[in-house]
Amino acid sequence: MALVTTTKGEMDESLLEKKEGSLDNDNETTTWVEYWLDGELVHRSAHVQLKQTVTLSAEAASLT
Amino acid sequence: MANTQAMCTSFIGQLLNGGHQFGTITLVSRTSLTSPTVDTFKAALYLTSATINASTTAYSASNEVSGTGYTAGGVTITGSPAWNAPTATNTTVTAGTAFTTPTASITYTTVTLATAFDAVLIYNSTQSNTAVSVHTFGSQTITAGTFTLTMPANTTAAALLRIATT
Repeated sequence: MALVTTTKGEMDESLLEKKEGSLDNDNETTTWVEYWLDGELVHRSAHVQLKQTVTLSAEAASLT
Repeated sequence: MANTQAMCTSFIGQLLNGGHQFGTITLVSRTSLTSPTVDTFKAALYLTSATINASTTAYSASNEVSGTGYTAGGVTITGSPAWNAPTATNTTVTAGTAFTTPTASITYTTVTLATAFDAVLIYNSTQSNTAVSVHTFGSQTITAGTFTLTMPANTTAAALLRIATT
C-alpha cells in the first residue's frame, strides 16, 4: 500500500487517479505527477532537470 | 614556442573562490584569510509575473512564491560540500572554462505553491543576499508535493555556473 501526501492528508494511492506528464526541450527535462480525488487535484509534484546553464565570457584585451 | 594573449583560465577559476580582489568591496568577514569559510547559498523561487534577470543584484521577496511549506528566501543549497570545487580547464591556448555546480539537487519538500512560478534565483546569503544567477524552466505549480531541481553535470559544457574564454 503506497501512501501519497495530499491536501487531505496521507491517502492510499489506490484511491486516487494518477496523471503523469513530461516536457523535454533545450532548456530542461521535466516530469510531473498529479493525483486526483473525485475531480479535485490533491497532489502535484514536479521534477526539473536543468540543461541550459549560465556562462560568463571573459577576455583579455590586446595592448595594440 | 609562442605566447598567446588570453585570460588565464586558472584566474577565472580563482574568481569563483574569491581569490582576487582588485578593488574595495564590502564583504562579510571571513573567519580567517588563510582558512576562509565557505559562503552559504540559497535558492528562491519566483512567480511567472516576476522580473528577475541579469540586472537582479540581490534576493528580494517581491514576487517570490509563497504557500504552505515554503519559507521566504527559499532553501539552502546543501551538500557536503554544497558546491563542487570550482574547476578551471583549458581547451586551447586561448580558451578555457571555469565552472561549478551544486553537488545535490535543490528540493522543496511538501509544499503547496498554487501560483505559477518559472524561475529560481541562486544567491549568496552570507554576503548580503547578493544575486548569483537566474535559471528558468517551464511554468509549474505544486500541490502538497515536492519540487525538485536537478543540477546539470558538472562539466565544462554543462555546469550550472561557467566562466569561459574564447
